Amino acid sequence: MSAAPEVPPVMPRPEIWWFAVDSWTVARRHLMRLLHRPDELLGTLLIPVMAVVMFGFVFGDALGAAMTVPGGRYREFLLPGLFALTMAFGIGNTTISVAEDVRGGVLDRLRSLPMSPAAVLAGRSLADLLTVVVELAILMGLGRSIGWQWHGGIGGAVAAFGLLALLRLAFSWVGILLGLLVSGPEAAMKYFALLFPLAMVADTVIPTDLMPSWLAGPASWNPLSATVIATRALFGNAAGPPTSWVGEHAALVAVAWPVVITATCMPLALARLRRSAR
Amino acid sequence: MTTRSIAPSTRPAILCEDLRKLRGGRTVLDGLDLAVAPGTVHGLLGPNGAGKTTVVRILATLQRFDSGRVRVAGCDVTRDPAGVRARIGIAGQYAAVDEVLTGRANLEWFARLHHLRAKAARRRAADLLERFDLVGAADRPVRHYSGGMRRRLDLAVSMIRSAQVLFLDEPSTGLDPRSRGEVWDAVRELAAAGTTVLLTTQYLQEADQLCDRVSVLDRGRIVADGSPAQLKARAGGTLDDAFLQLTAVRGPERRAG
Repeated sequence: MSAAPEVPPVMPRPEIWWFAVDSWTVARRHLMRLLHRPDELLGTLLIPVMAVVMFGFVFGDALGAAMTVPGGRYREFLLPGLFALTMAFGIGNTTISVAEDVRGGVLDRLRSLPMSPAAVLAGRSLADLLTVVVELAILMGLGRSIGWQWHGGIGGAVAAFGLLALLRLAFSWVGILLGLLVSGPEAAMKYFALLFPLAMVADTVIPTDLMPSWLAGPASWNPLSATVIATRALFGNAAGPPTSWVGEHAALVAVAWPVVITATCMPLALARLRRSAR
Repeated sequence: MTTRSIAPSTRPAILCEDLRKLRGGRTVLDGLDLAVAPGTVHGLLGPNGAGKTTVVRILATLQRFDSGRVRVAGCDVTRDPAGVRARIGIAGQYAAVDEVLTGRANLEWFARLHHLRAKAARRRAADLLERFDLVGAADRPVRHYSGGMRRRLDLAVSMIRSAQVLFLDEPSTGLDPRSRGEVWDAVRELAAAGTTVLLTTQYLQEADQLCDRVSVLDRGRIVADGSPAQLKARAGGTLDDAFLQLTAVRGPERRAG
């Protein structure tokens, strides 16, 4: 054992190169965790699966009747809503996992390494983005097994997939920012229920025009609504023509919202990481 | 352990001069001076809230400060934080490792973040597992480790790039006596190999056993500094007596230190 450097020196590389490599390394940790603990992923999917059972089958016929469509048609309408709902509940997972890294000291250790500091967070959001591919694939397979299908071409399905992933990317940065701000993972878990209005006061489970009239307007501006309406159109699952301004411009708003959210939360999270004056 | 004094010619591995830190209008560090000679184990003792963790976080580039000069391993922490980060290791009471991954996966992952190539990272992980006596548990998830094993893995991670200066924030808090002994042995070995160690602790026995020098921190200032033997002699008793005398509630007429 000696104190002389036993480690080979590192090749000098431009900073942007290390940012990319470090982000991928950070993301890989979360993907390795998924392989070790697949139950964590299943836990994430429990909410949308339960929602399929509750809204699709228990309340499905009643909700369909309210929309003057049969239950089977309602389930087709419901599934894209649940895809977006899964993206919203993803905020909770990201927040808890970031808060655990803050509490456990992993974040401090990463910040004390000679690595790109921004990659600490960018890697987390990259991991969320890759995880979402698996989550959506499982949910879509489940949807098909209960009669959901897309009627458009593969191009429309890919575009819908892209919009959902974009929403998850934005929510990933919301979760990262919240994870850096909350006092610990327990606090994040305590406030998990706050995600319900975000996930459901939107065009997810019922169309906003069936909500109380004072709520319909705000609900249509929920970031989920535009994504759900746009993906329903792309999958060919829409139950009727759009009834709100957001509905008529759904594709545009479904891109604009995530861009605005990401552009707000990403710099705030990076600034918080730099400041970190706990 | 023998007591080494700082020779005037030796540049300190850690140097704080008149370090001040405010947080929310409250003074956390109030003109702190600290010099740690290379290759020594230096203990930072103090009651809860004295500012021990803040000192470590500032030295490890994790927290900013308001005024003063801080150098670690020859680099200024404000002007050259990257230089500091390339030369330090940090470990402590939280054992900042991934619980789900195995010990080996943790080491390889952190080695990659130290920018070692995949093959070098694997080799380094294997070396460190051996050196910190973790070969048998290498491929088990960390959540099945004992407290002492976890802390040893934490030390191994902090030594991936053979840190010149190692910060240990309460390295044995929450450990049973056997695990504590394991961590102490690991720290002694690192120091014997030339690593400078700064550790914070609330256990006076730990300071007595491990440290060449001890600084007592109270209310953001160093109130006493010396070898454990010197502090004991000054208090005319044990290190506990010295600690209690130095950090007890003082009247305005008694000067600190």
